Amino acid sequence: MKSLSGIPARLLLRKGPKGAEVYLAVAGAVLLATVIALTFLAPYIAPYNPIIEVAPALQPPSSQYPMGTDHLGRDVYSRVLYGAIVALEVSAISVLLSSTLGTVLGLFSGYSGGKMDRVFSMVMDSIYAFPGLILAIAIAAMMGPGLVNMSIAIAVVYIPTYFRMIRGQVLQTREQLYVEAARALGAKNSTILFRYIFANIIPSLVVVLSLNVADAILTEAGLSYLGLGIPPPTPDWGFDLSKGKSYLPGGYWWMITFPGIMILIVVLGFSLLGEGLNEILSPRLRER
Amino acid sequence: MIFILLSIIFLVLRVMPGDPVLAMLGDKAPMSQIQEMRHRLGLDKPLYMQFFDYLFNLLRGNLGNSLIWGRRPIAVEILEHFPATLELTIGSMIVMLLVGVFTGAQSAYRRDSPTDYGFRMFGILIYSIPIFWFGMVLQLIFGVYLKWLPIAGRIDPFLTPRGITGLYTVDSLLAGDILGFVSATQHLILPSLTLGLVLSGIFTRLTRVNMLDILRQDFVAAARARGLKENTVLYKYALRNAFIPILTMIGLQFALLLAGAVLTETTFSWPGMGSYLIERISYRDFPAIQGAVVFFAALVAAVSVAVDMIYAYLDPRIRY
Amino acid sequence: MPPLLSVQELVVQYSTLRGEVKAVNDVSFSLETAATLGLVGESACGKSTLGFSILRIVPPPGRILGGKIELQGVDLINLPLEEMRRIRGSQVSMIFQDPMTSLNPLLRIRDHFIELFQTHEPSIKKEEAVARTVRLFDALGIAEDRIGDYPHQFSGGMRQRVMIGLALALEPRLVIADEPTTSLDVIVEAQVLELLKLLREKRRLTLILITHNIGIVAEMTDLVAVMYAGQIVEIGPTGDIFEDPLHPYTKGLLESAPNVLHPEQSMRPIPGIPPDLASPPTGCKFHPRCPRAFKPCPLREPTPMAQGRRLVACHLYD
Repeated sequence: MKSLSGIPARLLLRKGPKGAEVYLAVAGAVLLATVIALTFLAPYIAPYNPIIEVAPALQPPSSQYPMGTDHLGRDVYSRVLYGAIVALEVSAISVLLSSTLGTVLGLFSGYSGGKMDRVFSMVMDSIYAFPGLILAIAIAAMMGPGLVNMSIAIAVVYIPTYFRMIRGQVLQTREQLYVEAARALGAKNSTILFRYIFANIIPSLVVVLSLNVADAILTEAGLSYLGLGIPPPTPDWGFDLSKGKSYLPGGYWWMITFPGIMILIVVLGFSLLGEGLNEILSPRLRER
Repeated sequence: MIFILLSIIFLVLRVMPGDPVLAMLGDKAPMSQIQEMRHRLGLDKPLYMQFFDYLFNLLRGNLGNSLIWGRRPIAVEILEHFPATLELTIGSMIVMLLVGVFTGAQSAYRRDSPTDYGFRMFGILIYSIPIFWFGMVLQLIFGVYLKWLPIAGRIDPFLTPRGITGLYTVDSLLAGDILGFVSATQHLILPSLTLGLVLSGIFTRLTRVNMLDILRQDFVAAARARGLKENTVLYKYALRNAFIPILTMIGLQFALLLAGAVLTETTFSWPGMGSYLIERISYRDFPAIQGAVVFFAALVAAVSVAVDMIYAYLDPRIRY
Repeated sequence: MPPLLSVQELVVQYSTLRGEVKAVNDVSFSLETAATLGLVGESACGKSTLGFSILRIVPPPGRILGGKIELQGVDLINLPLEEMRRIRGSQVSMIFQDPMTSLNPLLRIRDHFIELFQTHEPSIKKEEAVARTVRLFDALGIAEDRIGDYPHQFSGGMRQRVMIGLALALEPRLVIADEPTTSLDVIVEAQVLELLKLLREKRRLTLILITHNIGIVAEMTDLVAVMYAGQIVEIGPTGDIFEDPLHPYTKGLLESAPNVLHPEQSMRPIPGIPPDLASPPTGCKFHPRCPRAFKPCPLREPTPMAQGRRLVACHLYD
């Protein structure tokens, strides 16, 4: 592809400050590593039991309770630490579900072609076009509260993302001459499958996974905030935010500030990781 | 495509595990009551018949009746709540576009400069913020501490305009009611900022990518080579051309806007369709839930069509 | 009479992922009024970049590193941007390669012209601008009723005429045509070249014709500069160079083109591939592909030497 100057576009990739994108991904990864570590360590480092009353209610942050106490006298700091568990669990499960299902369906649909493919594509496109959160709300509302139900609700929303990606890659790869050549040389379908399709998709897949988790965490928080998530007293950031809301006019800021910041940090971590990887793995050639 | 959507909604709401009747009546209710409810909702008919009923009713604009409070037609209830959501959506879109397009265009124009990186980081950062939390933070700062802006509702209840559009800002302006207009606008600011700013994060990136694409095109260089002013090149040549794909993006992002609206409405007690949906869920008003979701689907489809039409109008390559 | 254009030791550099690339590496030449210079070479030899530098529209990540470009004594490189802008289009203009993408798809053709007139002559009235546009269309051979059309409604050849029209509308002294017919089919190409010749005659244009097609060079130019790897390896009157190419690269170029007069002669492509400008060969940049390379070639860069009415940069003529 030629650019204006006649110099092949691939040589004209921008040089930013040395590997700025890498910093992005690294920053994200570091944030995440910290959060994940905290999640696993939560039971050991949380100073108090997050679901029982340990102090007078609605205390502002102090040395004893660094993030204050909530309306039921529970330590906010401990709840925030434990809250990570639910957030990460739900998003991990839902992303796993949606990526697996989406990939399988995408492979199947892309490979079969024909009517099957058209039907699947239409269904997937419809789901994709629909507001994700609202779909998740509808499903969660029907299924009832609970960790598994929430994960399923969120998973359904993201299946089309993976479906479209994999299917697109399958269709594209199928057209490639080298696949025909490989087949002519006797390569098995499964070889073609794995070698060409997956190899090509791995960079995009990693990026999408990362960004998906970020989104899933936001959706999970949203669902809990709306009362459709894990039933109390399990610590959950979204749920705590919804409770904290009632106390806002009174100026009890600590109940919402800390859980919210945590959501922001985790989501930011995954987003940075995803964006950074995106820049590294598919350099700005795409933008030219 | 909307047909598929409707079918999916039907499936989700009827076939999903969890019996809505039991959920509504509680599992201690007597069998006769349960059966009566099932019959009333048409749940005792075979599935395919239920589906036909559903579609048939939809075509006639009949979304069924609410199970609570005098059984009002759901369609009416939804239409009552719709203008609020519309107003919020428009307000947010204005914020989203102003911030997103401006930052995106500047980013593209000053590629790889600190401005570029700054705006891009800002975009990623702000999109990572949970909408409802951001709303609460704004409420805290501007409503509770600074006391500059109201944090709930659409307008001072005494100033509610009677109007034709249902958009309080427009209606009060049309009626010449300045106090009403001011109140409505004040109430609209925080929710619009909340939703608009968070979603602008995506728009920054979309605008940037489109602008970069356009900026490297020959006609931009040719315009510069003719000695046209930089502003002309940037706006009349680059941005105007980039705007068309951006417009399509708006159509696609509308779904996000609606989803975000649900969260924003619950946070600001904004009586729109989002609040309606959530409220109905808490009451287990199953037909209303279905009706609201169907309406959302119809909205998304309608906007999609509208965007296509506007696109065709704006791009002379299609018109001629 | 001093030359219209004088380029001295121009260096233009691009920052790429693989390092700094000198797309134009110490280029010097001068051009008299009403002369046509052909700038010929393989892809990515720097000829387009050279054209852009004269107008100072080298796209980032490229930039002019050093040298002088003088238009009738005025140094364009150090001119304030606003003054340069005024020169673009009115004193020096450019015809771009791809007519499909050189016009604003959202603007009607006549608006391209009106905008041009209004930018450079702010006091002009719209009616007059339109009238001048119509007169131009006449000269270009485009029907007047097409003036309100959008670019996509025009064929490639017509769009190129529009481009030519835009380039000549303000009667510039110097016109740079960057591969003006590369995207056109042969018949249309012939028409466009005829148009260019006609207009050049009528208006005494000074023309720089950038192309990789030596047939066009033979047909249209008085002078030709052969570029390789960002440098001019041979420059002189077209007739002289075609008759007796001195530099081995020039010879190679001429031999690799079909010869209508001697169809039995086989075309001989130049062996090898163009150099990687990020890590170029030492000494003479052509030496790895040169059939006449000898001892000094990899060691020192040759300096341009006069040979008759031309300059050659080759150790064979040191």
